[in-house]
Amino acid sequence: MRKALQKRMEAQKYVWEGAIPLQIHLHESQVTTLPPPPPALILAPRIGYLPLLVPLIKPHFRSTLPPGVDTIWFEYRGLPLKWYIPTGVLFDLLCAEPERPWNITVHFRGYPGNVLIPCDGEDSVKWSFINSLKEAAYIINGNCKNVMNMSQSDQLELWHSVMNEHVQVDCPAIEKCLFKFFRLVLAGNLEAYLRVSSKLKLATIEDEYTSLCSSKSQQGSGETDFTGQVKTGRVPVRLYVWGLSEDFDDLEDISQVDSWEKISYVNRPVEIHKEGKCFTLHDAMKNLLPEFFSDESLSDSKLAGVDFEDVQKIPSEDVSSNKVVEDRGQNAYEHREACYISSSAEIKLIRIQGIEPKLEIPFSWLVNNLLNPDHFLHICVCVKVPQ
Amino acid sequence: MCLATLEVFWTVIEVMMDVCNWDGTVSAKDFRIGALSFAQKWESLNSAFPPWSWVPCPKHSWLASHEEEGYLSLENICISRPNEEDIDQNSQTDPGEEETSCSEKEDDIDDATLVQSNHHELHYCDFHVVYSYTFRVPVLYLRAYCSDGRPLLLDEIEKELPACSSKELPETKWAFITQEEHPYLKRPWYKLHPCGTSEFMKLLFLGGDTAQPKLEVVLELYLLSWFSAVGQVVGLTIPCKMLNDR
Repeated sequence: MRKALQKRMEAQKYVWEGAIPLQIHLHESQVTTLPPPPPALILAPRIGYLPLLVPLIKPHFRSTLPPGVDTIWFEYRGLPLKWYIPTGVLFDLLCAEPERPWNITVHFRGYPGNVLIPCDGEDSVKWSFINSLKEAAYIINGNCKNVMNMSQSDQLELWHSVMNEHVQVDCPAIEKCLFKFFRLVLAGNLEAYLRVSSKLKLATIEDEYTSLCSSKSQQGSGETDFTGQVKTGRVPVRLYVWGLSEDFDDLEDISQVDSWEKISYVNRPVEIHKEGKCFTLHDAMKNLLPEFFSDESLSDSKLAGVDFEDVQKIPSEDVSSNKVVEDRGQNAYEHREACYISSSAEIKLIRIQGIEPKLEIPFSWLVNNLLNPDHFLHICVCVKVPQ
Repeated sequence: MCLATLEVFWTVIEVMMDVCNWDGTVSAKDFRIGALSFAQKWESLNSAFPPWSWVPCPKHSWLASHEEEGYLSLENICISRPNEEDIDQNSQTDPGEEETSCSEKEDDIDDATLVQSNHHELHYCDFHVVYSYTFRVPVLYLRAYCSDGRPLLLDEIEKELPACSSKELPETKWAFITQEEHPYLKRPWYKLHPCGTSEFMKLLFLGGDTAQPKLEVVLELYLLSWFSAVGQVVGLTIPCKMLNDR
């Protein structure tokens, strides 16, 4: 089992060190010098957030900025970028055909307050991160006491482990450099993060992939599964669904996302049903987007926990644990096996941490390896919808 | 016009389910049933009041959804507090708007004064009750603006609704306000945080009887109870008729 643990650490490290090469251009309206400044080249951590890059970007453009108060925001081809979405997720979602380096524009004026929530720098990002962590804790443990009760120093340490030190590259030769050979020097402190976050006791779900493997090879000295028990059946997930009305053969042919209206943000936990067989990504997608898996919709009471109706039917002598009630509520409805994807809509692409996993992959593997530091699994989906 | 207090609820609520089996949360479907029932009842009993309405909202804005999602909406409520010397005509003549101001100030309204002030700009507020899949409880979103549409900042809102202020809602209590994206409208709104709502709701419903009411009644009462607590924070009140008519 130690080997499996090592493999998991490896996967987490891989995710933690993942980075997006950015080429950041100053918006022309704010260029006051001739010639205009060259873009800033930055390797941005996938798990980080764009406002955290500001300490690197600002000095680069300082000499050309007009006088006045700075309100910094980023934009990709006209679309203001939501700063509370991790950088890697923005890239996976908005760049159908991955663009390397990713050309985005920075603004120091004209903050679009009708679209973007205000951002006052690092504090806003930290607050948003801690809030997400509380949400995740609530989903996993049924309460957010562990996060609320964190000591000030633990909170700071957790946040600093996530905040990354970034490497700025000014050399134009970098454009010719193959980024995969360029390792990020300090992609955040994974060890520190794991140390502090383990105090939060956010239970992970049983790793079905590992237990499937080990049962075949019979490794180890009979140690039990290190990943722990299935404490709850809810997994924190944030789903970003891009609806396209046109069909396409090549990702390059897809038209640009020009408005956040085209993207559905589905912030709902996945409820895992342990029915003996492996719970796959496919099952998770059916759970989150039932409308794309069957011509008849599944009743939403099945998806969102216990109904009062079910509670009232349970006799009072029953063991009154919430888990028991929840299971009975969910099993009260037929689990409709949809073996085809609805002809009216088609899932074209699923991306998690830049990876496009197969639908058959055990969902638990994704959860145990591809979570962001906020303990959410961020999933980008592209669907083709009817006109 | 009476303010629905928690004490009133203890006496009005006759029956709840066996609380041991219930953790204070509801499903999305339950929320919708309760909300529809609430909106219907509100409209039938309180024609003088601005109505709460259920706004259906598809899960994906670009796809007609089979699932009926949505939220409860109450909009264009004037939250400007009239002060003694300077009363605006509008808040006088429209009973609906008047009712939603904080009840403690009702005594200060001087019926005889109808001077329109040029300096006293009116502030309005929209309230949406949205279901949270994470916390499995209703969540209040609000947005305030001037008559010209300019959005209000939190400190401006706090002046009109002091119970919303960070001083009145310390983080250790069950609610606090943050600015977040509205789940359906995708614009910045203010949200009253639900952490702790379920425990609160469970407490509120403690001491049930054995008689089982109709499901809609139960869920409607759930929302009423939720409103009684949350509403106090933003100065929304519930007319007594809603409580008494059983």
